[in-house]
Amino acid sequence: MDLRFTPEEIAFRNEARTFFEATLPPDIRRKQMLGQRLTRDDMVTWQRILNKKGWACPMWPKEYGGTGWDAVKYFIFKEEGYRAWAPDVLGHNIQNVGPVICAFGSDEQKAFFLPKLRNLDLWFCQGFSEPGSGSDLASLKTRAVREGDHYIVNGQKLWTSGGHHADWMYALVRTDTGVKKQAGISYLLFDMKTPGVQVRPVVTLDGHPYTNETFLDNVKVPVKNLVGEENKGWNYAKFLLGNERAGIARVGLTKARVRLAKALAERVYVDGAPMSENRQFREKLAAIEVELKALEITNMMVVAGMKKGGAKHDPRTSVLKIKGSEVQQASLECQMELAGPDAMARQVGFMEAKVADAIGREGMANSAPNYYFSRVLSIYGGSNEIQRNIIAKAVLGL
Amino acid sequence: MDFDLSEEQRMLKESVDRLLEDRYSFEQRKTYTKAPDGWSRELWQQYADLGLLSVPFDSKYGGFGGGPVETMILMEAFGAALVLEPYFATVTLFGGCVRIAGTEAQKDALLPKIGEGKLLGAFAHSERNSRYDLADVQTTAKKDGSDWVLDGEKTVVIHGDCADKLIVSGRISGGQRDKDGIGLFLVDAKAPGVTRKGYPTQDSLRAADITLKGVKVAAGDMLGESGKAFPIIERVAQSAIQALSAEAVGGMQEMLDITVEYLKTRHQFGVPIGSFQALQHRAVDMLVATEQARSMAMFAAMMVDEKDDAERAKAINAVKVHIGKSGRYVGQQSIQLHGGIGMTLEYKVGHYFIRSTMIEILFGDTDHHLAALARAGGLIAPGTTA
Repeated sequence: MDLRFTPEEIAFRNEARTFFEATLPPDIRRKQMLGQRLTRDDMVTWQRILNKKGWACPMWPKEYGGTGWDAVKYFIFKEEGYRAWAPDVLGHNIQNVGPVICAFGSDEQKAFFLPKLRNLDLWFCQGFSEPGSGSDLASLKTRAVREGDHYIVNGQKLWTSGGHHADWMYALVRTDTGVKKQAGISYLLFDMKTPGVQVRPVVTLDGHPYTNETFLDNVKVPVKNLVGEENKGWNYAKFLLGNERAGIARVGLTKARVRLAKALAERVYVDGAPMSENRQFREKLAAIEVELKALEITNMMVVAGMKKGGAKHDPRTSVLKIKGSEVQQASLECQMELAGPDAMARQVGFMEAKVADAIGREGMANSAPNYYFSRVLSIYGGSNEIQRNIIAKAVLGL
Repeated sequence: MDFDLSEEQRMLKESVDRLLEDRYSFEQRKTYTKAPDGWSRELWQQYADLGLLSVPFDSKYGGFGGGPVETMILMEAFGAALVLEPYFATVTLFGGCVRIAGTEAQKDALLPKIGEGKLLGAFAHSERNSRYDLADVQTTAKKDGSDWVLDGEKTVVIHGDCADKLIVSGRISGGQRDKDGIGLFLVDAKAPGVTRKGYPTQDSLRAADITLKGVKVAAGDMLGESGKAFPIIERVAQSAIQALSAEAVGGMQEMLDITVEYLKTRHQFGVPIGSFQALQHRAVDMLVATEQARSMAMFAAMMVDEKDDAERAKAINAVKVHIGKSGRYVGQQSIQLHGGIGMTLEYKVGHYFIRSTMIEILFGDTDHHLAALARAGGLIAPGTTA
């Protein structure tokens, strides 16, 4: 048993560290650190920098632009990115539709989409959830009826995150109503400019139009935009489960946030003394750090197991989702508590211009909206309760 | 990065697991508690024959030459079986003091005997007022020619009742809670002036309160330098916490397994109670806590020999905080999910709950270690970048 990285892994970590420090644009780094929202341009800029380096989609098969890294190296890459305050790549492109096209797409789809997904030339959004289909996703009702060379799609999608930025949607649609609900679903791609697609912004608790609802009214989708086989869409969507295991807990991001909170605590005064000397605050942070350390080791054990091609149902994987979201939430709660009354003003990022070195009480201006928004971490991608259902069944056999 | 056990470690694990599976059923354990010592001398000899009692000692002293990972393997197995024998007191605490601070002569004299099962030891350090402060020592050590004379009282000395030899801390100089001025002394448990009052502890283990009245100690029986014992005591306490963290994980896994089994077999309202979602989610949270605790036991094994004193101390604080919290959670839920049957001593799950409660107290509870970690600045340094 040796819990250290190998010399090769350490060399890679240094390479990644140098790369992130040298290439992450300072304004993007500052926004990330202050918890401000990135613009579409910010996302595109950063992903193209990564793509130029060949690091935009590390875990894709090598022939489609992946790096061939094992899970440990990918973990190191993610951790180093968070350490430098680098944003995540657009998950819809890289962790969702991309891997599905790699695995199940036609040659034409691969040739057309994969380079554009990597370079964020096309921005994809997800059309899975519906007003009546959340945790019970397979009950979705959006209907696609084949007419010649096209599907005619009708229905309504909800929680279309980034839909207002999106060029394309990957959607689950019902193509057969006469079978078990999972067996009548297909995986379609379509251009958001297709007539009949209408996006209405849904403002989330943080005050941002992060997500949307999307109305689909007789949307004509060419049959060649069907991924894989008709009625097999549920399998393709499920194929993604656990795909992002190595990075899902975002240990490095929470570490960076705790580090920042400690630096800010030195400048926030309570009863004449800095918060960094306040026993209650220090103990609260220390308790988060303990959970985070356990999570980090758990994460390392999971990626070490993946590297060895270990068990697919490592129970620790589900720990990463549940604990990862809880610890992220705890760290953001803590930031808001640190901000105190500074958390109250609503103009998001109002102090941005004054922040010279991106540290100070101004750094806390987004802490309340970030706290609100952090509640989604235990909801999306299968709520933590759904995760518990899965573990109870798959791991504990209940 | 590699979390797999080596071939030797796997063999060690297999041999201890096999022995305990044969000899440590809940019923068998009950008979051992009724022996005069409260544990089995015969099994102790078997541990010795399998080489378990020399695991952390160098091969120079007839040892297995194992490190923290080997200790983790053993303690996890002991935790799962609720082992009663004085391994922790003799090998981890007493043996740990000798291993860390003993002279060649002292190691030669003591470590092989421990390994052979012929010497039981105990660490007589804590006192009525010391609580979790390792520097709080009132027992006095006064120079008498070249010898020393010890006077004072030690309390809750784990397995102090059966020990052949004790390592006693005494204050040579300074105030009651000064880190400077503490000495460690090897004392024969039957030496004139030593009185022991043995008793069972909550978890069916044994302890003793020990009175020392004018106990003479030869100069050669001091461990380490005069007045400089505090860092040794700290190191031993850290090793103890490393060992306890693995024992705790062994116990938590058992509590989880026993509880899940119960959820599958206990029927109410015509169905297994494990079909109820409220109980399923609780069981999953027990699993999450157990897995996180296992990670912290790994972290303890990784950090207990860390050379940087401050980093090592903080890491061990963090481990004890987690073990304390997760052990309490898993223990409480294992009782709750069992319902009434969880409340009786006739059923095994409660015994794990009790032991994990005692583990939380040993060598500093959750609040103590959280406060220490927070005081020391936590695990992550402040900064806007790394």
